[in-house]
Amino acid sequence: MDHPIKSDHNRFRKIVKGKLRENLKGFVSQGKQVIPKGKDQFTIPMPSIEIPRFKFGGKSEGGVGQGDGQEGQPVQGDGEKGEGKPEKAGQDEGQKQLEVNFSLEELASILSEELELPNIQPKGSSQIDATVNKYTSIGTTGPDSLRHLKRTYKQSLKRQVSMGLYDADNPVILPTRKDYRFRASQSKIEKQNNAVVIYMMDVSGSMGDEQKEIVRTESFWINLWLKHQYKDIEVRYIIHDATAKEVEEEVFFKTRESGGTLISSAYKLCRDIIKEDYPVSDWNIYPFHFSDGDNWSSDDTKICLDLLNTEILPVSNMFGYGQVESRYGSGQFYKDLFAAYNEKTENIVLSKIKNRDAILDSIKEFLGKGK
Amino acid sequence: MLRSKPINEKLKKLQIEIQGYADEYGLDYFPQIFEMCDYQTINILAAQEGFPTRYPHWRFGMQFDQMSKGYRFGIQKIYEMVINTNPCYAYLLEVNNWVDQKLVMAHVYGHNDFFKNNAWFANTDRKMMDTMANHGAKVRRYIEKYGIDRVENFIDAILSLENLIDMNHLFETDEVRNQREETNKQFAYENSLEYEAYDQKSEALKTYLRSKNRTAKKQSDLVVEDFPNIPKTIPEKPVKDILHFLLEYAPIEEWEADIIGILREEAYYYLPQRITKIMNEGWASYWHSKIMTERALDASEIIDFADKHAGVMVMSKERINPYKVGIELFRDIEHRWDTGKFGKEYLECTNMVDKHSWDQKLAKGKEKIFQVRKTHNDISFIDEFLTPEFCDRQQMFTYKYNPRSHRFEIDKRDFQAIKQKLLMSLTNFGSPVIELVDANFDNKAEVLLTHRHDGVDLDAKFANETMKNIFRVWKRPVNLATTYEDKEVVFRFDGKELSVKS
Repeated sequence: MDHPIKSDHNRFRKIVKGKLRENLKGFVSQGKQVIPKGKDQFTIPMPSIEIPRFKFGGKSEGGVGQGDGQEGQPVQGDGEKGEGKPEKAGQDEGQKQLEVNFSLEELASILSEELELPNIQPKGSSQIDATVNKYTSIGTTGPDSLRHLKRTYKQSLKRQVSMGLYDADNPVILPTRKDYRFRASQSKIEKQNNAVVIYMMDVSGSMGDEQKEIVRTESFWINLWLKHQYKDIEVRYIIHDATAKEVEEEVFFKTRESGGTLISSAYKLCRDIIKEDYPVSDWNIYPFHFSDGDNWSSDDTKICLDLLNTEILPVSNMFGYGQVESRYGSGQFYKDLFAAYNEKTENIVLSKIKNRDAILDSIKEFLGKGK
Repeated sequence: MLRSKPINEKLKKLQIEIQGYADEYGLDYFPQIFEMCDYQTINILAAQEGFPTRYPHWRFGMQFDQMSKGYRFGIQKIYEMVINTNPCYAYLLEVNNWVDQKLVMAHVYGHNDFFKNNAWFANTDRKMMDTMANHGAKVRRYIEKYGIDRVENFIDAILSLENLIDMNHLFETDEVRNQREETNKQFAYENSLEYEAYDQKSEALKTYLRSKNRTAKKQSDLVVEDFPNIPKTIPEKPVKDILHFLLEYAPIEEWEADIIGILREEAYYYLPQRITKIMNEGWASYWHSKIMTERALDASEIIDFADKHAGVMVMSKERINPYKVGIELFRDIEHRWDTGKFGKEYLECTNMVDKHSWDQKLAKGKEKIFQVRKTHNDISFIDEFLTPEFCDRQQMFTYKYNPRSHRFEIDKRDFQAIKQKLLMSLTNFGSPVIELVDANFDNKAEVLLTHRHDGVDLDAKFANETMKNIFRVWKRPVNLATTYEDKEVVFRFDGKELSVKS
């Protein structure tokens, strides 16, 4: 498969990656552009790379078309595109959009190079071992569900040829029991490093769609980075106003409540989730909380600080608080946290996100510590 | 895998059958070779614009990327590819069913006949397979020597100037070309810096010497005194083949000159196909339709054929389909010359009943279309044979952008307007007409280009980027006179920044 087109293709991908890197900031702040495609694959729509030429400007040009319709009717969007039959493809003027596939690795490496992110040292990587079964070898016994058809066929073909039973004109291959080959597992001891990300978000009335969009974008890139750093990550979502509940990802970004705000409710639920499902010795734990900084009372803030100090921070690799600026939020909570923790507190990161353009910097603040 | 292979016996028999029909109808073609490919191979070939070996360049990779996706998602499928060479190569796709292969073969014989007989193709290199392979080898050598980035960047710059060539060069006979080259040499002789060296040295060495002489000084220090023999204005006449001009006169290194030569040669090779798209596809479709329906089709295949044929002929409101307009226009010409619906008498006839049933039983249709396919290109084809009745039957219209509704809307169904718009889109193979009028502009060895404005502005962003690429080659400021937003302006790139003077 080593056709020269492969190296042309690699050059092309290198150029595209370069473009993405150059425009990462604009790209990230535009938000929802990355389309996940299957496992660890993403499709990114990019403006096509067109070689500049002297050409006519688009709008004033117009043209000639065929079909029915009155004067003044639009010519686009009737959706009836023909199968086409490109005889010499590539000669038509370039397509407007490129869709480029990136793997998780590629995106993560672009992110890390651009933001100069350090690798995370997973805690407990030395003590947590796990036995993993991988179906990497082939055996002669096994259940039918694991039968390896290709290898069975080959074996059978080999046997028939060597026995002189193979007839090229009537190439029927009949495997016998002895030809059967099965996928077999090999046990390996692997270092296990799993991570859980717990997102908490204030969904009270003051958090608007724009704010949620920012949180969504941040969480996408944070997930991406953690996925790249850990073998497996689990993600849990908590929304809160005066009370907190755990929800699915979909709901998380869509819910809008009108009640007041008690941040402690979320922290309590977060604590409970950790206690119940994620033993500290086995898991790397990342709680993130996003709000616009309003809390019901300073009493509740005290409870929050208490929860953080005694129950959440001690078990977390890192706790992230992101304050999204909104027209209604006072931003008080950031100040309170800032007063309680200074730069020296190792595993808490506070970040203010003013608008979309600040997303990338905020991501850097969260992930830049290598925690 | 990744290699085309000869077609099987069954298909060979089919080829003999189809070729028999082609002979019967009087098609005149190069020896035809069919090869079979899987979809990946055909994607690669299509990405490389038809040739198995090209010089390394990222855009082939990009085209491959898009084509593979198009295939995977079922958006586009390439049934066939045919290459203008002698013998003529065509690639069939393995997964095509039997009717498709028949249709494609018949279609290919149409293209083959067109390649061989159309006058605009007369001077194309029919050994292009080898030529392309040589180009590949040369560029690879330069990459080894100068590094991929440097070479690829230079190729990018020249590709950007690829459409700055002159359609009329296609028509040159060897005699005219030699004569022109003689004049050029004479011209260069009189004006070149190293005219003493000229006589004894070969062309290549000349290029080398010239580049050495010119690059000896730092480019920014170059002033007109460094070109003492430049006549007051070069060139004498405005030049459309700007690539050739740069190749001859720009202060470039030998390998760079060679790359310009390579890309220019390939551009001229593809040019006839660009200026005969409607005719070429129309002609091939005319013949696949005729051969299939009159000879090759089995009754059981009719539905499949009709389905495929209709897919190819589908009309679009956004652009004309060259297959559709081409085939219909050839059929229309055939009909008109069969019945005598042309000429003064017919045109001046005002009785619509007579006009409709007009038939002088000339039976000259077939002769006429063969002659048309020999002598015309898309422009003259449309100019001479498009009729109001035809536009009407084909439901053609013009559309334009409506700034108020932000969309393109149907403008008119007026014959003159349609014809004019079509011709305009075909003029100069759809590219703006740009000429180099002065290479010593303002007496400072700057380049002055003019854009012949036909009512449509240039895309300013692209124009500016292209000017930067000319600067890269010429190494002195580049000026472009055009009309932009109803004002006469001169764009200028001085190596650092862009400016506009009105």
